[in-house]
Amino acid sequence: MLNRTIAPPIKDAIEFNLSLKPFEKHTLNNGVPVYAVNAGAEEVLQLEWVYYAGNSFEKHNLVAASTNFLLKNGTSTKNAFQVNEHFEYYGSYLNRNCFNETAVITLHCLAKHLEVLLPVVREMLVDAIFPEEEISIYKQNMKQRLNVNLKKSDFVAGRLIDTYLYGPEHPYGRFSRFEDFDSLTREEVLNFYQQYYRDGKFLLFAAGKLPSNLFSLLNQHFGDLKNSTVTVPLIPSVQAEEKKYRVTNDPQGVQGAIRMGSNFPNRHHPDFTKAQVLNNVFGGFFGSRLMSNIREEKGYTYGIYSYLENHIQESAWVISTEAGRDVCEATIVEVYKEMEELRNEIVEEDELLLVRNYMIGSILGDLDGPFHIINRWKTIILNDLPEDHFYKQIETIKTVSAEELQQLANKYLQPEQFYELVVV
Amino acid sequence: MVQFERFNLENGLRVIVHQDTSTPMAVVNVMYDVGARDEDPGQTGFAHLFEHLMFGGSVNIPVYDEPLQMAGGENNAYTTNDLTNYYIQLPSENLETAFWLESDRMLSLGFTENSLEVQRKVVSEEFKEHYLNKPYGDVWLKLRELAYQVHPYRWMTIGKELSHIENAQLQDVKNFFFKFYRPNNAILVVAGNVTVDQVRALAEKWFGPIEAGEKYQRNLPSEPAQTTAKKLEVFANVPLDALYKCWHIYPRLDHRYYVSDLITEILGGGGSSRLYQALVKEKQLFSNIECYHFGTLDAGLLAIEGKLVKGVKMEDAEAAIEVELEKIRNEKVTEAELEKVKNKTESMIAFEDMSVMNRANSLAFYELLGDASLMNTELDRYNAVTVEDIKEESQKIFREVNSSTLYYRSKV
Repeated sequence: MLNRTIAPPIKDAIEFNLSLKPFEKHTLNNGVPVYAVNAGAEEVLQLEWVYYAGNSFEKHNLVAASTNFLLKNGTSTKNAFQVNEHFEYYGSYLNRNCFNETAVITLHCLAKHLEVLLPVVREMLVDAIFPEEEISIYKQNMKQRLNVNLKKSDFVAGRLIDTYLYGPEHPYGRFSRFEDFDSLTREEVLNFYQQYYRDGKFLLFAAGKLPSNLFSLLNQHFGDLKNSTVTVPLIPSVQAEEKKYRVTNDPQGVQGAIRMGSNFPNRHHPDFTKAQVLNNVFGGFFGSRLMSNIREEKGYTYGIYSYLENHIQESAWVISTEAGRDVCEATIVEVYKEMEELRNEIVEEDELLLVRNYMIGSILGDLDGPFHIINRWKTIILNDLPEDHFYKQIETIKTVSAEELQQLANKYLQPEQFYELVVV
Repeated sequence: MVQFERFNLENGLRVIVHQDTSTPMAVVNVMYDVGARDEDPGQTGFAHLFEHLMFGGSVNIPVYDEPLQMAGGENNAYTTNDLTNYYIQLPSENLETAFWLESDRMLSLGFTENSLEVQRKVVSEEFKEHYLNKPYGDVWLKLRELAYQVHPYRWMTIGKELSHIENAQLQDVKNFFFKFYRPNNAILVVAGNVTVDQVRALAEKWFGPIEAGEKYQRNLPSEPAQTTAKKLEVFANVPLDALYKCWHIYPRLDHRYYVSDLITEILGGGGSSRLYQALVKEKQLFSNIECYHFGTLDAGLLAIEGKLVKGVKMEDAEAAIEVELEKIRNEKVTEAELEKVKNKTESMIAFEDMSVMNRANSLAFYELLGDASLMNTELDRYNAVTVEDIKEESQKIFREVNSSTLYYRSKV
């Protein structure tokens, strides 16, 4: 008779040897590096052009994001419709995203269509014309979208917490306002495009089942573009004085968006990976203490998480949730209680082993497929981390001690260091 | 081409094995043939609430998540109007842990008052977060009720109203479980770094002893053909007027489903789609517009929705949509335009199939539809669609009497 109360034996995930498939590096004629991971069974590809053209470089708010967005809205030979139609006809996806340091153009396509797609990507990068009409439609529609987003308490809270942590002028703390769209000019966009795309600096990342002529194609279409030296400006963050905020956005709202946050160093700091382990104990996954207490015991929320922000220069430790309007304050009390417990009591070995196993299992699962692998490498390269970073991270997850975690809790999980915000 | 093997246990559990040795992981996916459409109209939201309770401990295992996390695994679940799906990914060495956990909760849940009490609250917060505390969040609560008269698609998976969830009793939960969560009403897919022999042995060991339940005979009221246009106007605390319009389409297995799927792509898929180009870019009546359908197993809805540019009249916006529908009804799309949406479908399928988890999920879904191997012939069914089909079905779908229209007006 099967005894279902006894768990089958397991191999602890921390006993697994994880490996991150190395990238191949090629260099185009202009010196631009191409980092590539050749893996996978499907005939699909992901190519990313990473430009140093994020919002850290702009003089006026929204110029970087708008330039990046409008790259696709017309070249001297194709209007916006024709550019879109070209990519869509071949079943490909051409996306662009603007971050703080970088601005990225991403192409997902079937490998067989690569040759007809690359010339049009090139056109966007060297010959975009940013028609006035397109800019004006963009401004109108983005303002309408902002109008809707401002009704959402979570959106408002996400903006505000970053201004407290980094300052309203810092690239990490700045946010879009109606007046920024109104004052945006075509000239600013053209200048930004000239300086940070046509005369800028970029890297290439490729992943998937790579065709054998990939590098010669990339060299043919992108090997003659300018590749300058661009340095990311180091802008100091400025922290708000006041720590506690209560904001009413919608007097009828039935939930409050809670954000709590404290400044934290970047990935180069020796505490960073250890703090990620502590963060998992605290609020980093479904089995975390915050989730068990505030969702699974008290039912105050559909979900609560804590995380270290994904920034290059500096980070922050943030707790985020939407909770019933009348239990927001009680939720904050519980978050502080969980911090206190981590400061005062050592994490038991069982719990720590569970978190280690969970984290390793989760990394193992995340190495599924070439796109995930290149993403890990991209993080390492763009953050200028050593190539063995991945293995050091694994080692830290496996070996960090409960005592170290308690020390970290005492160093970082102090209520007086945290900004506290509720937006109803 | 996704390879798989299939066998049944004596208790009626259908098992599918898909081997992929390129990954160190295994995926265990259990799909139950029950969704919001199987609910009592007085107890809506139950299938989804139940999904939450499935994590509250089973008869022999008081806590579900911890042993799985200890084994390096992750899991999640979702409920739709048609089905409920649970999936686990974990290192393949620890595969048996997933069998142990999933089979115990199929055997019987723990049914504790406390778990019900807490999950009622959690789901209430989920209801608030997604449907009440968000601009336009309640649109489909209203629009489904407008579009459907009798079919249970008239309510959303989260439920018709909060009170149905708040009033759920433990006895209801037990009845629901023993009616639907039986091996003969479920499909088990195991994928990744596994072998058929290994899966067969584990399935026999852990799921084999679970008794079959009484066969559930689904007998849903079928929606009569709509004969008059329906309209609803709502005033809400939102910054922009929005227009929603939907039409009844076809069941998932009907060949016309594929035609309607491609119609949504032609009209609303991406920056070169017809509605976006005509109404957002050229006429500038909408600040965004989308066209989509729900992909449901019984006859579903195809919808167009958009937010109006400030100052544009609802009637003018609606008339402009009608101009585009007129075109697709009266003029054949070009072969190139049809080729575009077929190419898009081809690459979408290729991207989806990259992950083992998606493949496991798709196999379960197609088996629920009747045959897992449908997964491998799906693209052929899209490729069989002709420009004549697009025209013909557009004429049938986009009739005013087949439509429901919601004017969602800003009162600020």
